[in-house]
Amino acid sequence: MTVVAEPEFDVVGTNLRKPDGLPKTTGAARFADDLKLPRMIFCRLLRATRPHARIVAIDTSAAETLPGVCAVITGDALPIKYGVLPVGQDEQALCTDKVRYVGDAVAAVAAVDEETAERALDLIEVSYAELPTYLTIEEGLTRPGEPIHEGKFGNAHRAVALEFGDVDAALAGADHVFEDTYFFQGNTHLPLEQHACVAEWNPAGKLTMWTSTQSPHYVHKELAKALGLREDQVRVIAPPVGGGFGGKLELFQHEAAAARLAMLTGRPVKSALNREEVFYCHRGRHPVLMWVKTGWSSDGCLLGMDFQSFVDGGAYTSYGAASLYYTGALQTVCEHIPAYRFQGVRVLTNKPPCGPKRGHGTPQPRYALECHFDSVAERLGMAVLDLRRKNFLGPNAQTVNHLRITSNGLEQCVDIVDHESKFAERTGRLPFGKGVGFAVGAYLCGAGLPLYWNDMPHSAVDIRLDRSGLVTVSCGQIDIGQGSNAMLVTVVSEALGARPEQISLVSADTDLTPIDLGSYSSRVTFMAGNAAISAANQLRNLLVNAAADELDVPVDELVLRRGELWRRDRLGPKLTFPELVKLAESHGGALTATGSYKPPRLGGPYKGSGVGPSPAYSYSAAVVEVDVDPLTGWVTVDRVWLAHDIGRALNPVLVEGQIEGSIYMALGEVLMEEQEFRGERGPRVLGVHRIPSMLEYKSPTTFETPEIRTFLIESHDPEGPFGAKEVGQGPLLPVIPAVANAVHDAVGVRIDETPITPEKVLKALESAAKRHGPARVPSYPFPRLIKVAPPWESVAP
Amino acid sequence: VLPRSPRLPLTLHVNGQDLDVFVPVHKTLLEVLREDLDLTGTKHGCELGECGACAVLINGQPVLSCLALPVEYQAPSSILTVEGLADGATPHPLQDAFAELGAAQCGYCTPGMLLTAKALLDAAPAPTRDQIVEALSGNLCRCTGYVKIFEAVELAAGRLREAVA
Repeated sequence: MTVVAEPEFDVVGTNLRKPDGLPKTTGAARFADDLKLPRMIFCRLLRATRPHARIVAIDTSAAETLPGVCAVITGDALPIKYGVLPVGQDEQALCTDKVRYVGDAVAAVAAVDEETAERALDLIEVSYAELPTYLTIEEGLTRPGEPIHEGKFGNAHRAVALEFGDVDAALAGADHVFEDTYFFQGNTHLPLEQHACVAEWNPAGKLTMWTSTQSPHYVHKELAKALGLREDQVRVIAPPVGGGFGGKLELFQHEAAAARLAMLTGRPVKSALNREEVFYCHRGRHPVLMWVKTGWSSDGCLLGMDFQSFVDGGAYTSYGAASLYYTGALQTVCEHIPAYRFQGVRVLTNKPPCGPKRGHGTPQPRYALECHFDSVAERLGMAVLDLRRKNFLGPNAQTVNHLRITSNGLEQCVDIVDHESKFAERTGRLPFGKGVGFAVGAYLCGAGLPLYWNDMPHSAVDIRLDRSGLVTVSCGQIDIGQGSNAMLVTVVSEALGARPEQISLVSADTDLTPIDLGSYSSRVTFMAGNAAISAANQLRNLLVNAAADELDVPVDELVLRRGELWRRDRLGPKLTFPELVKLAESHGGALTATGSYKPPRLGGPYKGSGVGPSPAYSYSAAVVEVDVDPLTGWVTVDRVWLAHDIGRALNPVLVEGQIEGSIYMALGEVLMEEQEFRGERGPRVLGVHRIPSMLEYKSPTTFETPEIRTFLIESHDPEGPFGAKEVGQGPLLPVIPAVANAVHDAVGVRIDETPITPEKVLKALESAAKRHGPARVPSYPFPRLIKVAPPWESVAP
Repeated sequence: VLPRSPRLPLTLHVNGQDLDVFVPVHKTLLEVLREDLDLTGTKHGCELGECGACAVLINGQPVLSCLALPVEYQAPSSILTVEGLADGATPHPLQDAFAELGAAQCGYCTPGMLLTAKALLDAAPAPTRDQIVEALSGNLCRCTGYVKIFEAVELAAGRLREAVA
C-alpha cells in the first residue's frame, strides 16, 4: 500500500479569500441604505432637545397637512416598552411621558422624500417641562429630584457586591498593600456606516425589516414586542453591515418607527440616520471610575484584590446590567488571585445610553489593572515582567470567581513580545521622552449564557448538498467585517471535504436561517464554527458510507478531501463531489443536516455568575513604544508588538487584520476619542454632545498608524473549532494600558485617566505627584456582600 | 416652510457614459449618484466632507461627492465611481488586492479608499509607504487599522507595474 503524505488541513490555516471580498471592492455589496423598494417612502425622527423633561404636549397638525407627508406618529403609536435585556425593559420607540437624553425620539414622520420629512419635523411643536438633569456619576448619585427612571435606589440603576475568599484577611496578611484610582472615559463605536433600515409590511400580516444590525435575532425579538406582533410575523434580514463594534446590537428607535409607519401607510419605509444621530444612538464604551487595592508578599506574589467600579450608564439599561458585571468579571483570568472582592454600581445619567463596545466592560478594568501592576512593580522595585511572570495562572485552571480556564497561551505571548521588542532590556533605559510599555489581556470566546435565559442552542448551521455539488450553508450569523463568512466557508469545506468554491452561504435572515445570537462577545467562530462542523460531519458520514457500500470497502479505507473521494490505497477511480452526492442521494434520499452548539454549563454557584463564563479565553500581550514630547505633551506611538493566543489561526491574514484593527481602535481610545457632553464641566446647554462629527470626534487616521508586528500563538483549544479561539476583541485590551505604561517609561508620569491627551501629560509633568487622574471614588453604600468560597475550597456540587 | 427647490436637467458623464438626470439644484453629487443613478457603490459616512467614504474621481482627481454639486461637474467632466473601476468583468488590480489581503473588512470605506488609491497610482506608479499614507489620510477606516490597506495598495502597484512592463 502506498502511503501518500497529506497535509493536516486543506483549507484551515490558508489565507482563503473572503467570499464577500470582491463584492465589497466592486460596489456590488448592498448595504441597508443601498436598498430601494417600489413606492418606498422615507422616515425621519424628531429628537428631544432637552436632556430630561416631561412631555407636556405635542402638536403634529401642521406637519400632517404638509404636502408630501404620508403619516406622522407619536408615542401612542408605539407605547410598548422594550429592551435587549429581560431586566431592562425601559425603552420606548417614541417617548410617551418624558425624554431622558438629548436625542431621545418623540415623533416620526414618513414622507415622499427625506427633505419633506425633515420639513415636517420643523412643523411639530413639543412643549416640555424641565426636570433635574444628571450628567455625571456624582450628580446621578447625589443630586436630589425625580430620578431618570422609577426605581428603588434613585439613579443607582444596579449594584453588585461579590467576595471570593477573604479579601480583608489576605490584605491584612500581605507584606505590601497598594491602591490606585483610575478613570476610563467613554467613547463611541463610530462605524463608517450610519444605521439604516427598510421596513415593508405585507397586509396579510408579515413585517420584513432589512437593517444594519449585528444581531438579527435580538432585533427580531425586540421589534415584535415593540410593535405588538407575534414573533413569527416579523422577519429581520441583515444586509452586509458597515462596521458594528457593538453599536448595532439591539433595536433602535428608527427601526421601530419605520416599521410602524410601514404598517400604517402600506408602503415600504426607509429610515437612515445621519452622523449626528449615530453619535446620539451610541450604546458605546461606559465611562468608568475605578479603585483597586492589592496585597503582595515580599517576593511579589499577588495575595488579594479589592476592586470597585462606578459606571456611568447613560439614560437607559441597554446592555448595562451585563456591562456592570463585566467591569468585575475578567480581572481574574490572567493572574492567580487567591481572594477577590468586586463592588460596582451603574448610575443612570441624562446622556445617550452606553452599552457594549469591543471588549464590553472589560477594557476599562483591564486598563486600571495593567497600569496598577506596572506601578506596583515600580513600588516593589521589581522588574515588571518578573512580577507578572510570578503570578500568571497558566492553562487548565480555575479562577477564584469560578471561571474555567482551558487553553492559555499567555506566557508564550509575553515571551515573544518581550523577545522581539527587547522590552526587558530597554524599559527604564531609553532616553527621556522615549518609552516602552507592557500589558496583557484576555477575552471571552463567546458569552457562556444568552441574553435571555434559555436552554436552547446559541448557534445552528444547516447544510444542504445538491446533486450539482453545491453546498448550501445557512446560518443566522452576520458578517460585520470580521470575516465570519470566510470562517464558515473554511470550517465547512475542511470538515466536509469540499472545495471552498462549492459553498454558497445564506446568512442573517430570521425566516430562512437557523438561530445565531449575533456578532457579539466574540462568539461566532467558536459557536457557529462548532455548529458547522457538527452539520458537516453528519453529511460527510452519509457521503463516505454510501461510497463504502458502493465500492465495497471499509469506510476508513476512503479519503474525502478537496471535493474528491479516493481509496487510501489509490486503487480505482476517484469520485467527484457531484458523483458522491448523487450516490448518497440514491442510497438514502435528499442530503441535509443541522448542527448546533450550546456552550457547556459553566459558572459558579452564586447570583451574578452568568457574566464571565466562556467556553474558552483568548490571551494577548503587547509592547508599545512611544515618543513623548515633554514640551507639548504630545504622545506618538511608534511601534506596537502584539502576540495573540488565537488557539488556531483558521485564516492567518484575517486574524492579523483583526489584531491590527484592534490595535488601531485601542490607540484611538487611549489617545484621543471621547464621548463628551456639555454640562459635565460647567453649565451650558445641558446634555448636548460636544463633538458629534467625524471631524471633531478625533479618531486615528493613516498618519497615526504605528509600525505593527503581530505574532500568532496557537494553543489549540480543546473545544474550539479546529482548536480556534477569538481574535476580534481580545487584542484591543492590552494596548490601552501598554500605551499608558510606555508614557510613564518615557517621561515618568502616570496618566490614570483616558484619553491620554497632551494637556494631561503636561499637567502631570507639572504636578508634584507626577500623575494625572482621579483623586478618589465616591463613598457608596454597596449592597451586602455575597460571599462565595473559591472553587478550591468549596465542596464539589 | 421654504418652497421646494427648482430642478435642473443635467447630463453627467459617469463611468464612460452620458447619463441624464433631472434633480433639485442643491442635491449633492453623492445623492444624485446613489439615488438618481442607482450607483450605490459610493458610500456616505458623514455627508459633511469628513470621512472620505464618498470619494469619486472627477477628471482623475479625488473629489468628496458629498460636498460636490452635479451642476459643477456636468459632461464632459468625467466622473468615475467604484462601479466603473473594473475593466468589464475583470476587477482592477486594486480591487483584487483589497479582496486578497482582507483590506476590505466591513467594506464600507472601501470604494472611497480604492478611488483615492487609484488617483495616487495614476500619478505615482511606485509610491513609497509615506506617499500612500498621505494620499489616504483623508479616508477614515474603523476596521483595518489601515495596515492591510497600505499593503494592498503596494501589492496592486507592483502588479500594475508588471502589467505595463
